Amino acid sequence: MSKSYRLYHPKWYRRRMPIFWWLRAWSYTRFITRELTSLAVGYGAVLLLVSIWAVTRSEETYEHFSDLVLSTPALVLHLLVLAALLLHTLTWLNLAPRAMALYVGGRRVPDALVLAAHYLAWAAVSVGVVWLLTRGTA
Amino acid sequence: MKRSNEPFFWSLFSAGGTISALALPAIVGTLWIAPAFGWLEPLDGDDLLALLEPPLARLGVFALVALSLFHWAHRFRFTLYDGLQLKHLFGMIATLCYGGATALTLMAGYLLWSL
Repeated sequence: MSKSYRLYHPKWYRRRMPIFWWLRAWSYTRFITRELTSLAVGYGAVLLLVSIWAVTRSEETYEHFSDLVLSTPALVLHLLVLAALLLHTLTWLNLAPRAMALYVGGRRVPDALVLAAHYLAWAAVSVGVVWLLTRGTA
Repeated sequence: MKRSNEPFFWSLFSAGGTISALALPAIVGTLWIAPAFGWLEPLDGDDLLALLEPPLARLGVFALVALSLFHWAHRFRFTLYDGLQLKHLFGMIATLCYGGATALTLMAGYLLWSL
């Protein structure tokens, strides 16, 4: 366990933190919002899983699932999910140069290059996904 | 001293963060938002099955789903600890998050394997 992150330790004195400490400053709120994007990531994975489950059940199950997932209340939810996912993507990719220090021939690859490579990968994957998923229906 | 399992979960968190950042916005947008607005035809059941026909596609979907789930488990676990100050529930939250991700991953594996 790293020194910077302390786990709960019942015998130590701890100043009690209020539950809503993260509403005290904009930077804290932004941090918690960023961390909560993991809910959207989990939701996307589960929804994908459920759609595959539905299509293996029967035609009716898949139709029923499609109606539900394309309804207006679901659309409202999905717009929120997409907003959270985009926040996740932007914050994640922007941290990439700091998370991976690449060295080529003893010299550090510039941050801008690492960043550009990640955004390029995002664009390529997005185009690939849209192409794959619209091939049959376009 | 007991070896920490932290690096293992952290690497899943990290891989899941990257794969979900690259692929999920496009998937959610194409499958569930554009068709709801009427911009695209909804994906047909037969087309979905055809897409999942190649083993490589199934492997890709499995990697995306599993890693995204473990990304959620790890990040949400620490959001609960720090955000809601639930540090005394350390063991329980870890079990629920990683356990949930493991259970869903097994389901994904079974589902994609038996297609």
